[in-house]
Parts: sequence; C-alpha cells; structure tokens
Amino acid sequence: MSLLSTLARLQAVRSGRAEPLATVRHRHLSERPMVVVPLAAAGEAGAPLAVMLGTDREAPRLHIVPQPLNRDQRFDFLARFGADLLPYLESFADEVEHVEGTERDAGTGERTPVVRELCADAPQLIVPNTGSVQHLALIGRSTRFRRTAEDADPGPYPAPTQVPLLGRWLTHLTDRAQVPGSSLLLPMTALLSRHWATGQSHLEDQHLAALLAWHVPPAGLTGAEAAERAESERDAHGQLVRPSAGPATDPKFDELVLAPAIARHDAALAAARAAAPADAARAELLVKRAAEQLHGVLEQVLLPTWADVWQGLDLLRALPEGGHVAERWEGDRWSFTGHRDRLAAGEPPQPKQDDAVTAARKLAQREREQVRLEVQEALDDPLAMAEHRLAGEAFAGEVVAVVPEYDTSGRSAKPRPLLVVHTADRPHADAGREVHRVGAATPQRGVVAGFDPDGGTVTVRVVSGMGRRKEPEPGSLPEVGERVVFTLFELTPRQSAPLPDPEDTPWTHGGPPGAAPMSASSTEEWE
Amino acid sequence: MNVSLLGQSEPLAQRLSELRGRAPQRSLDARALAALAANPGCRRRSLLDAAGVDKGAVARQLGRPAPFGQSPFALARGNVFEARLKDDGYAALLEPLRRHLGLPEESGTALAVPDLLRRSSPAVRAERTREALAEAAADPSLWTLLDHPMLRLTVAGSPAHLEPDAVLVHGGRCTVVEIKSFPVLDGSADPAKVGAAARQAAVYVLALQETAAALAGVPAESDPYRAQELPGSPSTTVLLVCPKDFSNRPTAAAVDVRRELATTRRQLSRMTGIGQLVAALPEGTSFDLVPDEGGAPTRPAEELAAAVGSVPAAYSPDCLSTCELGFHCRAQARCSDAVDQLGRGVRGELGSIRTVGAALAAAHAGPGDGTADAEADEASARLRYAAALRAEALGRAAR
Amino acid sequence: MTAGMTADQAPGAVADAAVAAILEASVRPAPGAPRGVVVDSPPGAGKSTLVVRAARELVASGERLMIVAQTNSQVDDLVDRLAAKGPDLSIGRLHAGDSRPAPEALRHGNVTASEKVADLLEHDVVVSTAAKWQWVRTEAPWRHAIVDEAYQMRSDALLAVARLFERALFVGDPGQLDPFTVVGTDQWAGLSYDPSSSAVVTLLAHNPAIRPHRLPVSWRLPASAAPLISAAFYPYTPFRSGTGPGERRLAAAVRADGSPVDAAIDEAVESGWALLELPARHTVRTDPQAVAAVAAVVRRLLDRGLTAHSEQGSAPVAPGRIAVGTAHRDQAAAVRQALAALDVPVDPAAGPAVTVDTANRLQGREYDVTVVLHPLSGRPDATAFHLETGRLCVLASRHRHACIVVARAGIAELLDEHPSTEPVQLGVAVKFPDGWEANHAVLAHLAAHRVPLS
Repeated sequence: MSLLSTLARLQAVRSGRAEPLATVRHRHLSERPMVVVPLAAAGEAGAPLAVMLGTDREAPRLHIVPQPLNRDQRFDFLARFGADLLPYLESFADEVEHVEGTERDAGTGERTPVVRELCADAPQLIVPNTGSVQHLALIGRSTRFRRTAEDADPGPYPAPTQVPLLGRWLTHLTDRAQVPGSSLLLPMTALLSRHWATGQSHLEDQHLAALLAWHVPPAGLTGAEAAERAESERDAHGQLVRPSAGPATDPKFDELVLAPAIARHDAALAAARAAAPADAARAELLVKRAAEQLHGVLEQVLLPTWADVWQGLDLLRALPEGGHVAERWEGDRWSFTGHRDRLAAGEPPQPKQDDAVTAARKLAQREREQVRLEVQEALDDPLAMAEHRLAGEAFAGEVVAVVPEYDTSGRSAKPRPLLVVHTADRPHADAGREVHRVGAATPQRGVVAGFDPDGGTVTVRVVSGMGRRKEPEPGSLPEVGERVVFTLFELTPRQSAPLPDPEDTPWTHGGPPGAAPMSASSTEEWE
Repeated sequence: MNVSLLGQSEPLAQRLSELRGRAPQRSLDARALAALAANPGCRRRSLLDAAGVDKGAVARQLGRPAPFGQSPFALARGNVFEARLKDDGYAALLEPLRRHLGLPEESGTALAVPDLLRRSSPAVRAERTREALAEAAADPSLWTLLDHPMLRLTVAGSPAHLEPDAVLVHGGRCTVVEIKSFPVLDGSADPAKVGAAARQAAVYVLALQETAAALAGVPAESDPYRAQELPGSPSTTVLLVCPKDFSNRPTAAAVDVRRELATTRRQLSRMTGIGQLVAALPEGTSFDLVPDEGGAPTRPAEELAAAVGSVPAAYSPDCLSTCELGFHCRAQARCSDAVDQLGRGVRGELGSIRTVGAALAAAHAGPGDGTADAEADEASARLRYAAALRAEALGRAAR
Repeated sequence: MTAGMTADQAPGAVADAAVAAILEASVRPAPGAPRGVVVDSPPGAGKSTLVVRAARELVASGERLMIVAQTNSQVDDLVDRLAAKGPDLSIGRLHAGDSRPAPEALRHGNVTASEKVADLLEHDVVVSTAAKWQWVRTEAPWRHAIVDEAYQMRSDALLAVARLFERALFVGDPGQLDPFTVVGTDQWAGLSYDPSSSAVVTLLAHNPAIRPHRLPVSWRLPASAAPLISAAFYPYTPFRSGTGPGERRLAAAVRADGSPVDAAIDEAVESGWALLELPARHTVRTDPQAVAAVAAVVRRLLDRGLTAHSEQGSAPVAPGRIAVGTAHRDQAAAVRQALAALDVPVDPAAGPAVTVDTANRLQGREYDVTVVLHPLSGRPDATAFHLETGRLCVLASRHRHACIVVARAGIAELLDEHPSTEPVQLGVAVKFPDGWEANHAVLAHLAAHRVPLS
C-alpha cells in the first residue's frame, strides 16, 4: 500500500466515511451490465448452489440446485444458468464494425491489408467479489469438457448442450479477468476499492456489505460501526442480517436453515416417488412447496448482495469516465470477438493447462497491460499521478526558464533547449535520466541535465517532439509560466518480444506439446 | 528440543491452570500448534493458548464472538471422503500411496495394520503407537500402516496429544499421510490450504522425530537442514491425500515440510517464554468465565475485558480470520486509535507514528511544526508531502 | 558432479578439477550427452573466468558463439573482460537502439558494436542481453550459446531465445535474487515451464539428465565470510574460500578516534564483519539516522586510509573499491545524498566513486569493503520482500575483505514475531534456505561483532 492510499484510509478512519482514491472512473461500465451473484455449496470445489443474475435490478432471476450432491440436478442448474446467461453474451456478437489492419504472410513475410470484424460492444459481468470470480472459473473448468448428446461419443452422462458452452464462456471471461485493466468481468469489491479508501484494512474490504457501509452508513453510525454491523449482526434466529456476498454461505445458515430445507425437499421427493397413485397429486404439491421454500430461503440470502452490487454500480456511475478507459475497453471487445470467432470456428475448449508458449504469451500480455494501465491511469487522474510524484517517478511544476540550445554535431543543427522547471516534488532525477513530458502535442522526451533539490528546480534538456527544423515547431515547447508534468517512466508500453509458435517449443521447455488427447473428462466422477 | 520447563514447570502449570479457572483445559492439537505461527508476536494469544483457555467462549462473553464455524455439508463431505479411502482394507488410500512410495502390488507383501487401541486413553494409545512404530521400523521389509496413531509432544511443560490421519512405515522409516477434503485440481491446490496442511503435518513430523529419538535413546537433532536417520525417523516429505479434480477419487501429492518444520520448532521453543508473560500479569488475573449451574458464563464482561486487556495483543486484520478474539482486539485497536487497524503494511510507511491521530496531525501540520526528532520529522515530512499532493489532486486546500 | 571436496586438497586444485570437468562437458560433449550444461556458482567462485575460458575454448574448437546475459551492464562487463583476456577473439556487442554500450566495452580494438545482428554475424562471439536476443530473427548461425546469470533469467525469456542455439552452457548463482513479476502467475505455479520461474528451473525440469556442476571455491569471499555464507545460504551445496585465514588483511593508516563508527571499522578490519547497531526504533525506510551512520562509516573508511593486502598484492581501499548496499532505491538515493554532503564521490561519471545501489543492481559485483543497510533495520514488520533470502545473500557476499552492516536493534525480535503462514504451491520445489533461517543465521553471526551506536 502506498503512503497516499494509507493517508486516504487514515482520513476515512477520522471522517467515518469512504474517501476518494480517484477523481475519475478507471474501469469501463456497460450500459447494460449483467450482475451475477453465485453461491457455492460448502465442502466441494466448484459445486454450485445457486445463482442470482439479470440486467434489471428490479427483476433478478434465481436458479438453484435443490440437492447440491445430485449430479442431474447440478446439470439442470447449469443448463438453466447457461440458458439465462448465453443469450446475453451472444447478443453482443452480431453488431460489428470493420477494422482495417495488416497481416503478415507466414511464408513470404509480406504484409497484406485485411479487414477484420470487431464487435461494437461487449458483454460485462459484475460479480460481488473475487471469490465469485474464482467460483465461476471452477464452474468453467468443470463444465467446458462435458460431452453432450450431440457429441459423437456422448459418454455415460451426456450434459445439455448449453453446459459446455457456458463452461467455455466462463473460462474465457475469468481468464480475461486476470488481465490488468480488463473489464469484461469485474468484482464489485475490487471496483470500489480502486476508487475509494475505507477506514479499514483491505482484508475487511473483501466483504461487500462492510465495504459499502463506509459509503452509506445508517444515520448516526460511523463507517466502522456500520461495517461491523454488516459483518456480524444476526437476527433472532441467529442468521446474519447482511449475509456475506458469497460464494460461500454462512455455516450457521447451512446448519440451521439450508440443511433442514434441503432435507425437507429430499424427503418430499422420496415420498412423491413412493406415493401411491391416489396420493400422487398431494405428494407433488408437497415437493413443489418444499422446492419453493428452498428457493425462498436462497433468495433471502442473495437479495441483500444483489442490491449491494447495484448500489455499488450507482456509486461508480457518478464518477466521470477516465480518458483512456474506452481504449482499454476496445481491448476487451477484441478479446470478446476473438472468443466468438473461436467458438464459431468449432475450436476445441480451452485446455486444462496452458502450454509453455501460451503461458508465456499470457504473462507478457498481462505485464504489458499492467504497464499500460498504470501509465494511463496516471495520465487520466491527477491522484494517480500523485502516486508517481510521491514515489519520485514524476514531477510537476512551473517552467521558469527556456534556454534555446542546439546540437551542432550533425550535418544540420537540431534544437536541444533547456527547460528549467520549478517543482516542490523530489524526483529521483539523477543527471542523464530520461524523462517524458505529459500532455505534449507529440511524444516528447528529455534528459535530466541537473537537479537542485534545495532550490526545487529540475533542468531538462528536451531532445524530441519539436519537429524537424533547427527551431522548435511553435507550440511544441511549454512557455515560461506554464505548468508541466514530466514522468521518469515511458508513456507508451513497450511491445513484447515475439515468442515461437507452440509447435516450435524448444528443447529447453520440453519441445512441442505432445498431441495429448484433450482428455475427455467424461470419466470424471461427480458423485 | 523438548520444551519442558525444568523445575519451574510445576508452579507455571499451576498458575496457568488458575488463569483458566473452572473451564476444562483446551488441549493443544496439531491444528492449534500450527496456528501458533499465525501471529507469534501476540502475547495475548500466546498466553491464552498456553493456559488452554477457550478463546471462543471468552470472545462470546466479551460480546464479539468469532464468526468461525464449519458447514455441516463440509464436515459430511470430509468424513465421506476419509471413510471411502479406508473402505475395502484401505484400497482407495493405498492406490495413491503405492504410486508415490513404491508400495508393492496387493499380490506382494501384505500391509500390516496394527490395532492401535483407538478406544483407550490418549496416554495408552501413545504408548501403543510407540511400540507399533518400533516394531514396524525394526524390519525394513515390512509395510505397516498406522491408522490414526497417537503421538506425544511436550509443549511448554505439558504433554500434547496429536493424532495424524495415518503414518506409513517401511524400510525403517515412516511417512506422514495427511488426508484433506479440498481438491487437487489439474495438479494444483489452494496454496493457503496446502500451507495450513503442511504446517499441521510438520507438527506430526516433529512429534515423530522426537519419538524416534526417544526410542533410540538419543537427543533429537536441532539443525533444520539435517534430518536424523534413526529407526522410525520420519521423512520430511509428507503425503497429502486429496480428492482429485471434481471427483471423490483420491490423489496423493508429496509436500516438502522442512520449512514448516523449522517454523514449528521455533514457535514451540518460544512457548518456554510463557513464564515471563505470566509473571508480568497483575495479581489475581483470571480468565475464568464463572459458569453457573447450567454452564452459562456469569463473569461480567467489563471485568473479563480488563483481564484480557492486561496482556498486550498484537492485532492485525489477519487475526479476524485466524483468532477467536480478533473482533474484540479490533474494537480495542479502534478505540485506541492504533494504525494497526489498517493492516500490517501500513506501519512500514509511518515509522514510529502509532496512532491515526498522530499521523493525521503530522500530515496536516505546517512545515515549521516538526519536532526536533529527525526520524519523526522524516515520517511527518513524507506525510505532509503526501497530504499536499492529495489535496492538490482533489482540488482541496491542504490544511 | 563436481569433484569431491576434501579439506586437505588445495582449493586451487579442487576448483581446477571442477572447471576442467565443465569445459570437457561443454566443449567436447560425449555422444548422447544432454544439450545443456548447468553450472551453479556461489558468490565469487570464478563464474566470469569460466565464461571467458569456455568462450575461448569453444571458439578455438571452431565454433561461433552467442552469449546471453541479463542486463546491459552485465553484457558490457563481460565484453570488457572477454576482449581483454582474448585479444585474438573478434567480439560483437549487439545492443538496442536506445542503450549505448558502456565505454569500457568499446575501448577494445576487437569489439564491434551494432544495433543490427546482421553486422555482427561474422564475429567469433556475439554478446547481448536476453531482451535484445529475443528480437533477433536471423537464420541463426550459432550452434553454441553461453547463458550468463542464468538463474536471474526468466523461463519465458529462455523460451524466446532457445531457438537460436542447439547447445548451451548455463552459468549462474542459485542463491541470488529470483526473477519476479508484478502480475498474477498463480495459475502456472507448479508447471515445469511456469513462465515466471527461473530459466534454469525450467531447463532442469525438462532435461532431467542434466546434472548441475558446481564451482566449489569462492575466490572473492575471505576465509571470514565463506563459511557463514555457505552455511546460511547454500546449506546443501557447501563451498569454501580460496584463501585461508590471514591471507587477506586490512590495515588502517589512521588510528581510531574512539567513536563507535571507528570501533565498527576496527572490528571489521580485525574480523571481516561488524554490526553497527543503532538503538531500537520503528522508522520509515529512509531512516535518517541509519543513513547518516552508513555515510559516516564510508567517510571514515576513506579518511582512515585503509590498505587491502591479499594474494593479489597490496592496494589502497579507494572509493571505487567500496560499495553501499540497500534494499530500496529511495534508501540508496538517501545514502548517496548523505555521502555527497560529506564530500564522498558517488558519481562514477566524475571519477572513481563509491557505488551505492540496491541488492538487485549489486548482483555479480565485487568490492573490497561493503557497507550494508540491513533490509530489516527499523521495520515494524518483515515482509516477504525484506526477508527474501537472495537479497541478504547478495548484500552479504560482495566483499573481498570486510562487510559492515548498519542496523537498528530489534531485528531478532522482529524475526521472532514474524508470522510464518506462507502458502504452499504443489509441485513447486521449496527454495532453501528459508529467508527466516538465513536472516537468523547471519544475525546470530553478527551478534559477535556488534558495536552499539547510541
């Protein structure tokens, strides 16, 4: 944690309210996000219990697994979840724009122009917390290899067709969520924590209701009091008033509410199966009632979180969008379009593990995007730039002198003017360090020629971004009295170096990945 | 490394028992011993654990109960998994062990599973386990599975009894087998859970090292990088048996616990310092909950809070998930305006500034308001600089 | 494996045998031998000398050779050394457009620098960073490569350059700092080719027939340091010092002035180690008092006119032979500022200067005397970063004569109270030693050389 965000937390402790950590919104927010609140069954990895989802805060839809241990019921649930979610995802697939680019011919190395499709918009899933992202990833892993009745060899337990498709989408979305700055799938706790500081630790911020309590504490309570109430207040039956946002449920809920409701439903089912024809209607009715009761119980547990996520969206929407957010969202649109295309091309599901080249590519992408994100946030938001200034990686100040000088070593003289900048910042500006000017018309580089910490002046020799003539282009240099910001880091991320194709994986990394069969996991047991 | 407190153990045990009062002693199991590493700087926790106080009951009486609990579904799942492993003469358990330890096929040498008297008292069981281990280690050709053996470890002068899931003995050496119900998915598992399992297994390895040393009549080795090779000595690699992927079939993973073993030794040797903590307590301190006839505690909360407050805590937000008293200590940290409430990392930024009030005062002081203390000035100057940058960015006045 | 090491064999003979075995395996591999040779080298064990010898022998056997190092300064150092020791070699220094090679590398007549590999193809040896090699597209004419500081190289960098060669000699120090990344890589933990792990880890996992060689003798570390560094940081692969007790000596021309700073210098002159201990206190990273103490030590080291006597002869301990090591860059900046205020030269561009840098940047460097600001000094908490084994190992193993550690009291208690709840990834080999144990071992040793500064 940086000192600036620590300071914001200290201020939040004192004010009893969340304090801003950003002046703009650094993540894209869809006009039509899909809010997804999943619950997991305790004790088993990736076993779903319920999910509440929808694009309309007034009309959440709930799907449940009445008996989490029952494989058929789990498949039913996943099929319903898929049938609910997939149309939303697919609704973004058709409207496209055409982007011109070039493609290098593998054989000749020549570049040829190509026109590619880019989906005009992309879906956005908002979940309560990072645990929900991991849960969706597990569901993705457990379902994307499922065989269906449409497969050549459907195996002993064919799943409905939506199930593996849902798995492939969830895998794609949760994998993309690992890319810094991406916005296809976002946890609300992380969104809020990026933009506001609370007066508690980041561990406590993982609890969505407690986090929100710092934004809108009930009258008369401080954020800390409201957060503690959200964490621990229980009703007369010992149940949490603000159940945690999952995906795990409260053990007390499992013990006192859920287990009995599941047992009643199981018993009603068993009775219905054993019922004589004369009692069948009544028994069915009892099953229906038990199911409704289970439904109601899970709905009660999910609704507070559902409302919390939407409230979080309201808070975030009140912030103006950062200048580079749309550019990063375009990356998300490419990601979505790419996955759409792979599905359309009939490619197999994502493998269980990345091969060496894919893993290296993903790491390179994440590192590149991390750099891009940090730079763009700093450019979009003075509070983010302040982090770099505090760290000595940037400085802001006023130009107090511009000294025209020239490099005459070449055939034609080039401008190499000196800017003297008065600053209160204390950059690590050793002589010779490269600096970059923020907000220059064209990218402008300089070299630190001197730093006087006592007088608070940095002298920068500008070496680029001034045109091709002997005199700098008008307007390419700041004037005396103008406020400037320089960074000691580059303002555009570097390209990643090329990697071999997977089939050219070298001996140091085990050679090409074998034609290992896409291990059909229909052999995986579920019970 | 035997942690008995020669000479002083009697009065200390007596004093600890007084602190606990009427409540039965909560025995230290492997999980509790492993948890000592979670916050070794906390004297409050060290003392209450050493005295065997039920911290959960204390927290309830203080009005801030711990939110811990285990879902009945998770319990059931764990039990089903372990039972399944032991069905059919341990068939499912032996399959992954076979692969990892080179256990012969069923047709070969038989696996001995001695009766370890599970219904007897811990002391009897521990003695029986010692015998069984000695027998099994005596003949290197034997394959022996000790199912829920009972191990003994002396901790701060009192014996703790530890029950691993299983120990496999062959070639004169043994291997701890730890059964967990979290899955190994595509070869990897939740690192936090594996870490906790490794710390727990390290306690068993330590107990087995002491058992083997005692059987051989030699002192246990204390160099963390050197393993003793005595009959019955444990391997420092343990086997973790977990459900594979999304199934109920077991898979085994070898986990090197040398690092955790060194940690455990360290934490146990620290427990000898409990005597000093006890000595520092005000006369008459007790954590007795004074239960009434029905067992309901009657100790006034303020009085109990004062007793708990007489031992300093080292609160950090991690405590909320690792210690029953976490919520109580958080409330205390908030009351005293301590910066620790924001997390361990925060203090590194603030140097010797310990309270929120002092930090904010420094952040919003004028440049001339500094103290004569260079270091405090350095922290204050940085806070002031940060406050100015923040105010500038937010378009507010700095002061 | 390397030849067995026994105490009665002369260190030179032991080291020569190890080097001979390595050269044999690299230059004249047996048929069917693995394509890689890995050499683990503890601090100052003659890694650079080995690289130069291997390069010369490979070229002599008719090979053209590419050398991969990790940073530009490593490449420049290597080129400088290679050119000096092998005047008959033609050496290409491949560099990126925005990073000019250092003058030391270019001062030799047999060195050619270029941004384009095509200009250098005819040279016996081409040297560059892994980052630059990744962009080389040419039809590779090299069969052999030497990868220097291979433990600092990330697996994904090796993946990108391995297509350029058929066989390679990988040389590095497993005890130094591991490569790192700032983004999440958990999903690849335990995979043999985890892109964020060290290149050598991946190489060995995929080529189990490779048995790493070891250089068993540190020529840098004095007899006062090798046993501690070996036991604390290389518990399973011990090494010894090339020189015996008393073969390295420091002598001060100016007598101590009675101050604790001078007492610490005397202790270091006498025993090779000193711990100058400030009173316990929690401080910010750039603890002004600790920084001032470091600067005072350096100032007095220079003022007292130290001479270093060793097997290489006698020479004054000039500014260029002294380094200050810190954990963080802002600490290094603060020390540099404090030194400048005491008129200690710290700008290498202006002449011989005291080096002040972080552990990361001191990797592979060597000095007569080092002054270390202990990574845990004044900290209220120990983090994984500050406990990292490699960081302390680098800081404590840069010196030929003596190391003076400056720290606040209280580190032992800090270690004692450090929570040990590290996560464990299945399939990832546990790295030894543990940072805690290593810190503890060094601290226990330093306790005997403590000089309090009140």
